[in-house]
Amino acid sequence: MQMNKDTKEILLGPVYLKNPITLQVLGICSALAVTTQLQTAIVMSAALMFVLVGSNVSISLLRNKIPGSIRVITQLAVIASLVIVADQIMKAYLFEVSKQLSVFVGLIITNCIVMGRAEAFAMANPPLKSALDGIGNALGYGALLILVGFFRELLGSGKLLGHVVLPTVNNGGWYNPNGLMVLSPGAFFIIGLLIWAQRSYTSSMQEDH
Amino acid sequence: MEFSNRYIVGFALVICLVCSLAVSSTAVALKDKQDANALLDMQTQILRVAGLVDADHKPSAEHAAELFSQIKVLKVSAETGEVLSEDWEFDPKAIIKAAKDQTTSEATTSEAASKARVNRIPKDLMVLHVTDPEKECFVFLLWGNGLWSTLYGYLAVEKDLQTVRGLTFYEQGETPGLGGEVDNPSWKAQWPGKKIFDDAGKVALTVTKFGQVKDPIHQVNGISGATITSKAVGNTMLTWLSEEGYGKFLKRGHANE
Repeated sequence: MQMNKDTKEILLGPVYLKNPITLQVLGICSALAVTTQLQTAIVMSAALMFVLVGSNVSISLLRNKIPGSIRVITQLAVIASLVIVADQIMKAYLFEVSKQLSVFVGLIITNCIVMGRAEAFAMANPPLKSALDGIGNALGYGALLILVGFFRELLGSGKLLGHVVLPTVNNGGWYNPNGLMVLSPGAFFIIGLLIWAQRSYTSSMQEDH
Repeated sequence: MEFSNRYIVGFALVICLVCSLAVSSTAVALKDKQDANALLDMQTQILRVAGLVDADHKPSAEHAAELFSQIKVLKVSAETGEVLSEDWEFDPKAIIKAAKDQTTSEATTSEAASKARVNRIPKDLMVLHVTDPEKECFVFLLWGNGLWSTLYGYLAVEKDLQTVRGLTFYEQGETPGLGGEVDNPSWKAQWPGKKIFDDAGKVALTVTKFGQVKDPIHQVNGISGATITSKAVGNTMLTWLSEEGYGKFLKRGHANE
């Protein structure tokens, strides 16, 4: 398949211009909860991508068969099953990380991005496009999570992926870690600053006064 | 598009069936691997706190099982401190569960226990006895409530039943960077060598506020910015090492020497 303009738009649009977190402000709960460390942010993004692509493709395949009256609960059943499968796989193969992510993998079920894409995109588009849409949105979500995780781990604990970058005072170094960064409000500040930066930079996002 | 009611019910049933099959087959297929992971994780924590493996070393499942074969799982009566069995099943979850059941546990009365919100203590406690003569020690399972979460951990005590060898928390959800520092190796490094009992035989091992250690033999310096978690750890120690917890067992051990 050639990478035509349409495909590119579906795949890369959500990464920047239609980013689910910074533009639609969805999926904030997990963006606060799992970004104290870079590693958990990366694994969470991967888990979300698995669920989002899986749910988009399944919903899209079923889209003409799903009765409108039980549409949402059908989507939810599919998403919930995929989330449990992802959680089980992580417990079997990525035990340490799954311990840190704890309930937040399970909470992907309630992540608005997943249901939002199922309802808004997969119900009206063929499977391949829906898969691309899933990948694109997961990338957008993941990019932001990783960016937030990067700043929070670096400024909050002086580490990146568990490796010491800025030796902290507690361990005999010089860096006095910013306690705010390890708390959830720290993520709000970073996300807010990122939204601000994105809107200032992209003139099409600025609202008229 | 219009669908008949019959179709809708049928569709819902098929979806449910397919989803439940997917979920249950993954769960069944991966169960052994997950259990093995959980067991290895638990064993690693114990081996680390007992000093049988290095703190940053993760042993293989075989190595852990081999080291674990030298550990006796003692069943100890909390009421008398007697060792009821030397060959108990290693199942920390069952102990934690037993504390929730009125028939298998006793309500606590001490102030420390109410502060650490340890409401009940099981009648039968698990003590791990590391029998390797060079590294002989005892490992105690304990838990208590911090700021956000229940902290579950192990305390390793030398064979004199008085000197701490190490402490670890294998499960906790305290604020990362603040209370979560209970798991920081540099904080945990304070624990080895502390004494549990004072001269009068009372439990004196505790955690103070940051920078307020007056009695360095028994007191551990708390974590700066995490007073509640620090206090909770101190109260957890007081609770479990008192006569309501492992105290009778510890005293009995002293008497035998």
